[in-house]
Amino acid sequence: MIPFASLLASVDPRPDPRLSERARLSQIDASMRGPAVLFVVTALAWLAAATVLGLIASIKLHAPYFLSGTEFLTYGRLAPACANLLVYGWGCNVAFAVGLWIMARLCETQVKHLGMLYVAGGVWNFGVFWGVAAIVLGGSTSVEWLEMPAGVGPVLGSSYLLIALWVILCFQYRQAGPVYVSQWYLLAAFCWFPWIYFVGEMMTLWAPARGTVQALADGWFVQNALGLWFTPVGLAAIYYCLPKVLGRPIRHYYLAPLGFLVLALFSPWTGARNLIYGPVPVWIQTVSIAASVVLVVTMVVTAINFHLTAWAGRRDVWESPTLRFVVFGAVAFTLSAVIGVVTALRSVNVVTHFTQFAVGQGVNGLYAFFTMAMFGVIYFMLPRLLEREWPSRLLIQWHFWGTGAGVVLMLAALYIGGWNQGMLMNDATVPFIAVVRQLVPVNELRTLALASMAVGLVAFCLHVVLMLVGALISASRAVLVKNGILREGSVG
Amino acid sequence: MKNLPILFSGIFFALATSWCGLILSANLQYGALQPVAVDEGDPLYPQAISGLAAQGRQVYLQMGCINCHTQQIRPDGVGADIARGWGKRGTVPRDYILQDRVLLGSLRNGPDLADVGDRNLNTHNHFLHLYDARLVTPDSNMPPFKFLFRTQKIGDEPAPHALKFPDGSPDMPPAGYEVVPTERALALMEYLHSLKIDYELPEAKFAPAATPAKP
Repeated sequence: MIPFASLLASVDPRPDPRLSERARLSQIDASMRGPAVLFVVTALAWLAAATVLGLIASIKLHAPYFLSGTEFLTYGRLAPACANLLVYGWGCNVAFAVGLWIMARLCETQVKHLGMLYVAGGVWNFGVFWGVAAIVLGGSTSVEWLEMPAGVGPVLGSSYLLIALWVILCFQYRQAGPVYVSQWYLLAAFCWFPWIYFVGEMMTLWAPARGTVQALADGWFVQNALGLWFTPVGLAAIYYCLPKVLGRPIRHYYLAPLGFLVLALFSPWTGARNLIYGPVPVWIQTVSIAASVVLVVTMVVTAINFHLTAWAGRRDVWESPTLRFVVFGAVAFTLSAVIGVVTALRSVNVVTHFTQFAVGQGVNGLYAFFTMAMFGVIYFMLPRLLEREWPSRLLIQWHFWGTGAGVVLMLAALYIGGWNQGMLMNDATVPFIAVVRQLVPVNELRTLALASMAVGLVAFCLHVVLMLVGALISASRAVLVKNGILREGSVG
Repeated sequence: MKNLPILFSGIFFALATSWCGLILSANLQYGALQPVAVDEGDPLYPQAISGLAAQGRQVYLQMGCINCHTQQIRPDGVGADIARGWGKRGTVPRDYILQDRVLLGSLRNGPDLADVGDRNLNTHNHFLHLYDARLVTPDSNMPPFKFLFRTQKIGDEPAPHALKFPDGSPDMPPAGYEVVPTERALALMEYLHSLKIDYELPEAKFAPAATPAKP
């Protein structure tokens, strides 16, 4: 055991117990600074890239000649490239930053061996770049959310394990005491994702299952990536930020574990809900519909927890940029969950399936809920990591209103337009081209909404850059002061 | 709850049961389906597609056609898939067993293509549609795939698939030249023509009210 003792000591992430709680937290923040900032910055860069590609793709849907000269910018390549950037570039990177940080803080553990995290982060982002470049160059596998070539799988998978290891180590070495629900959600999400990804990759690309079992495996992957990866990370973030910023406990907190258990036990069974009336056995569709309906429990529990807590502190919610975004995300989650239950029913699904309504559900889950919640956490996290306040109120306003208005407009357009599309499509007396014509204003509104979201994102990215530049300047000034080159308080 | 391995197993178990329940059991139930004949002595269906069509499927993947076109027909009475003439019956698991990548798709910005090869499409119009959909369907929002065609000097006689543009079309090549599909376009067309649900299976008969396929 002796040779291992030093290794164990070197990974033991517990901070010095002699420090006060506040000092311990800031020691944890300091230990996370580099990797967390790196993941946030790369995530935002990918989100910006996804927004540009999404905007071009959206314009193409109502103006098919826009940038149509080259095959690299056809809709069929931009759409999956945008989705993969959102999922692996933005979503996973920001989940790494936020998940690690919240887990470390709640467990009161530091993250060590940062070199490993930097390498893993670099490899992960190399994988994302490779995969998306391959899609644009024509190497798409056409398997939803697994469009990147099979070779990318091991790259993403191995770097993921190095990152997730720290979440699990933090939990293993946590300070004694009750485990908070955010820890449950994060630990589970970080343990689930590698299995989900492994099964998805194996059963569709490496050793494809026969016939539509492949489609089932892909459906299971997509549902679980949303339900057991992005959703729990988003919920953990909301459960963490709401009481922390408001300074009041979650209302009816005793219900929270129930919401977690129902999500964990039933969400993975919804795998075939995108194949309702499709060429898979009916019993599988029925199981998935039933599981979707049971998820109502998680929806109700989180709605009670979030909305009652936020309502009790509604004045503070409006004042805090963190809470504005987080509460937006919480409301969007409730909406997304309600719609998820309703559209699982066969009579509703027959209308919404294959339409822009389904696209709207994706936007609702991934952007209106997850992304907005992540924006909120970043507003809370960066000042603590960098020990500076956000410099501009105005940029926060631009970010919130640009993104918020864009998301609301997009959801309204896709839900209403998509429902209409489904009704027309199911009426054989309406020629198909009339359905296409009806979608033109919907697609134009989507472009407008994306443009608004892009404005919000530009404001946010600018703000983050200002924040980082400010942190760099003050850090270098501190070094200069320390070395006696600059006097404390002097200008220049 | 105090113990990481137990917690980890619980988390893994929740996921693993659903994998066994949904995917493994589906694989056991119908992962070994074989082509069958409706009556003894009839040809076996589904049938494998030609080599050129398989190349065309690669083009279908490359171009991301799946982002707007599904390849699954819902059963008679569900939606209007059959009433629209997208197929004569709903598709069933056995229809897909010979496809190494199943391209069901999930969005219909364009029509379903599971049975497109059975719609008596005029090949020339179909090429024209691929070149620029608005030459055939004025309000279509399908992207133009002009880069799947090339302009060449007319040889001794016009090439078999040379595009015939409507008079005054700005796409009309200069005199003495013609626009012809490249190998990729030819393969893609072969693939589209190979997409046919024109056979019955013991478990899937043509819908009684199936309207004749529209051109």
